[in-house]
Amino acid sequence: MGQLAIIFARVLQAVPTLIGIIIVTFLLTRALPGDPAAYFAGAAATPESIAEIRANLGLDQPLPVQFLKYVQDLGTGNLGQSVSTGQPVATELLRRLPASLELTLTALLLSVAVAIPLGVLAAVRQDTWIDQLCRFVVTAGVSLPTFFTGLLLVYVFYFLLGVAPAPLGRLDLMHVTPPQVTGFLVFDSLIAREWSTAWSAAKQLLLPSITLALFTLAPIARMTRASMLQALSSEYLRTARAAGLARGRVLMVYAFRNALLPVVTTLGMVFSFTLGANVLVEKVFAWPGIGSFAIEALVVSDYAAVQGFVLSMAVLFVVLNLFIDTLYTLIDPRVQVDG
Amino acid sequence: MLPFLKTNAWAQSTGTVVVLIGNTINSLDIHRPGTNRPSYQVAVNVYDRLVTFGTKKLPDGSLSYDYDKVEPELAESWQLSSDRKAILFKIKANATFWDGTPVTAEDVKWSFDRALALGGFPKVQMGAGGFVDPSQFVVVDSKNFRIDLKQPSKLALPNLGVPVAVIINSKVAKANATEKDPWAAEYLHRTPAGSGAFKVERWDAGQQLVYVRNDKWVGGPLPAVQRVIIREVPATATRRAMVERGDAHLSFQIPNKDAQELAAAKKVKVTGSPIDNCLYVACLNYNFEPFKDQKVRQAVAYAIPYDQIFKQAAYGRGVPMWGGKSPKPATAAWPQKFPYDTDLKKAKALLAQTKYKDGFEVPLSYDLGEADWGEPAALLIQESLGKIGIKVKLDKVPGANWRTVALVDKKLPFLLENFGGWLNTADYYFYWAYIKGNLFNASNYDDPVVKKLVDETLHMDKSDKTYDAKIKQLIQKAFDDVPRIPLWQPTLESAMSPKLEGYEFWFHRQVDARSFKV
Repeated sequence: MGQLAIIFARVLQAVPTLIGIIIVTFLLTRALPGDPAAYFAGAAATPESIAEIRANLGLDQPLPVQFLKYVQDLGTGNLGQSVSTGQPVATELLRRLPASLELTLTALLLSVAVAIPLGVLAAVRQDTWIDQLCRFVVTAGVSLPTFFTGLLLVYVFYFLLGVAPAPLGRLDLMHVTPPQVTGFLVFDSLIAREWSTAWSAAKQLLLPSITLALFTLAPIARMTRASMLQALSSEYLRTARAAGLARGRVLMVYAFRNALLPVVTTLGMVFSFTLGANVLVEKVFAWPGIGSFAIEALVVSDYAAVQGFVLSMAVLFVVLNLFIDTLYTLIDPRVQVDG
Repeated sequence: MLPFLKTNAWAQSTGTVVVLIGNTINSLDIHRPGTNRPSYQVAVNVYDRLVTFGTKKLPDGSLSYDYDKVEPELAESWQLSSDRKAILFKIKANATFWDGTPVTAEDVKWSFDRALALGGFPKVQMGAGGFVDPSQFVVVDSKNFRIDLKQPSKLALPNLGVPVAVIINSKVAKANATEKDPWAAEYLHRTPAGSGAFKVERWDAGQQLVYVRNDKWVGGPLPAVQRVIIREVPATATRRAMVERGDAHLSFQIPNKDAQELAAAKKVKVTGSPIDNCLYVACLNYNFEPFKDQKVRQAVAYAIPYDQIFKQAAYGRGVPMWGGKSPKPATAAWPQKFPYDTDLKKAKALLAQTKYKDGFEVPLSYDLGEADWGEPAALLIQESLGKIGIKVKLDKVPGANWRTVALVDKKLPFLLENFGGWLNTADYYFYWAYIKGNLFNASNYDDPVVKKLVDETLHMDKSDKTYDAKIKQLIQKAFDDVPRIPLWQPTLESAMSPKLEGYEFWFHRQVDARSFKV
């Protein structure tokens, strides 16, 4: 099967999953306790005004009618209107998803740059100081909650030292958002040739992505170390050594490449996990990301927003899994992605 | 050293004020269904009303709106008819919208009609002033506007100064209305069209709102600042760090704990303004058998550890509402101290006179959205009531549910509640909180005397000779029956740079940037 056919088959496979997700999120949001009409009618509302709001939101209709309307809207690409933020859900996601992606990807890049060399070194020089360091970093990384590291970094680098910019989201107050191309502010401002805006966006990105990186570093470093140890003790490596291959070649080509598979799997998991779960980092750094949007929507039973969020995340996961599977075939030609 | 530059230049430029808020502004149109409270500040800063309130200095030197002084905003003057059933407004001759067109009586009528037509909270609030029917809004000629009242009411005029009663540029709105959306709710949601002191320069929903001054404003003295940036920063710790470092001028609405610490550190100014007509109370529900007994309710009122709650839940910031010296109200002032204090002996004695002398079990509910004060208060109440034999179980209710179970169904036996009225009169509070069936009467309190007194006083002029006596009677009932036990009167706390002047407390509890000076 050709690569394209494989991808197509995988996308087809995702269809039932997505349909399931659409139905389940629709039902789950309706099952949430709390009445959005009463909530959005405000504190002093009368029964009539609540009924008016309910009609406005279309919640006075029976569930099957509401569902049909929802599916019809989905068909036209309309995710509905978020009542809590007052914006169409699609607009909200399009603006917030890149913010979350920019933060998560930068954090992952940082943590991969540190965690993989650290894990490899820790495995190669087992039980030396570098292995201990790896152990320490991993333990610290999992045990320190992100809001704590975030606040600590803000306290030290912004409040005490004054070297970091104010934790005010993606841009400081002096700069204006460049026209959206990629949605990644650093790239967008480079494209618009707004050098100082790009610089500002990069600075704003640094502390939150370090915070997240500290957190994501742990699983990646651990997995690298473990799978590297396994590879190092394998028979093909002993053979390679016995055959007198250069040490660098043995390590990097035979051991590392084979150790990479589980690491990539972990990376995919860490990525998807962080994307939705960095609410606390978003709160501390006033980052307009997708996590805090979803949580707030959930708290006030904002149906359209919750449904849109879950659906977009589901699509993202499907794409991500596909990407990782494709990556496997590059790393290990023996792996077949079947349709 | 990391390659960073310290960037607080914006806080140094004189024409700009940076304000941090904790929640998100979700609309620029206060009439739209679903518009949340933080968005009301747009109505305040960007739109005008016919009237506004004066300013007074509080004992601590901070500024507050003055409920008793109604002042012109878009109206130049007004006249009450001799039967007090109509108010005639003359609109300022030079009042114009941002697009240069004059403000006319048609605009006023269209805006008020809209507040009623779109329903929800605006309609309820308009109703509080007695405005329920569009035919009450009469265009006399282009500069004269009349409101006909069904009955004379002291609440009518002040209710024209609340955020909901904004005047919208009806020509612009109509031009952007559609058949499905005759009141241009979609357009005004994003694009304000008003005459107010500030225009919206940009709105990045979920991040920031930037106001820029309208130099042709006639509604009041021209704001001293050119530009106001409202930034949404959810984490209180981040907001605190920024205002302490001088990167922001004002952190609006901070937790009491931060207020206490910042006030002690004296690096920034902290203002805690008592919120008029608002009380944090413990409600005892008459649906719950033991609380039907007045002596049980009084026993509970004597067993509340007021002082401890005030220290640990309010961090000492607020106005005590317990320990009144006399069992009779000395004045008609509201709110005032209730004649209860922590006295476990008295509580036990009272309880012993009832059939619940061996105690009983009751859940105490509080809103998770108000957990910052609700949780410590509930824990302290639990501990103290345990000493007189009442076993309290804590029940946390998620924010989205709270309103339905506590206020609509009114089925919680014992709960913490925080109603506050925009219109600052005692009768208004009693109307919402002590009348059977009304929303904030979570206690299901029902008393014919109270009902009669509220009916008589709600629209009665404060200058009426019988008014004070009737209010005292109402307060007496609240003292004796205690369906609501006040814990304290809360304050609105804000931290600001020493350079910021003109911060003023408003009943709507939102940022009014019009008076800021740096």
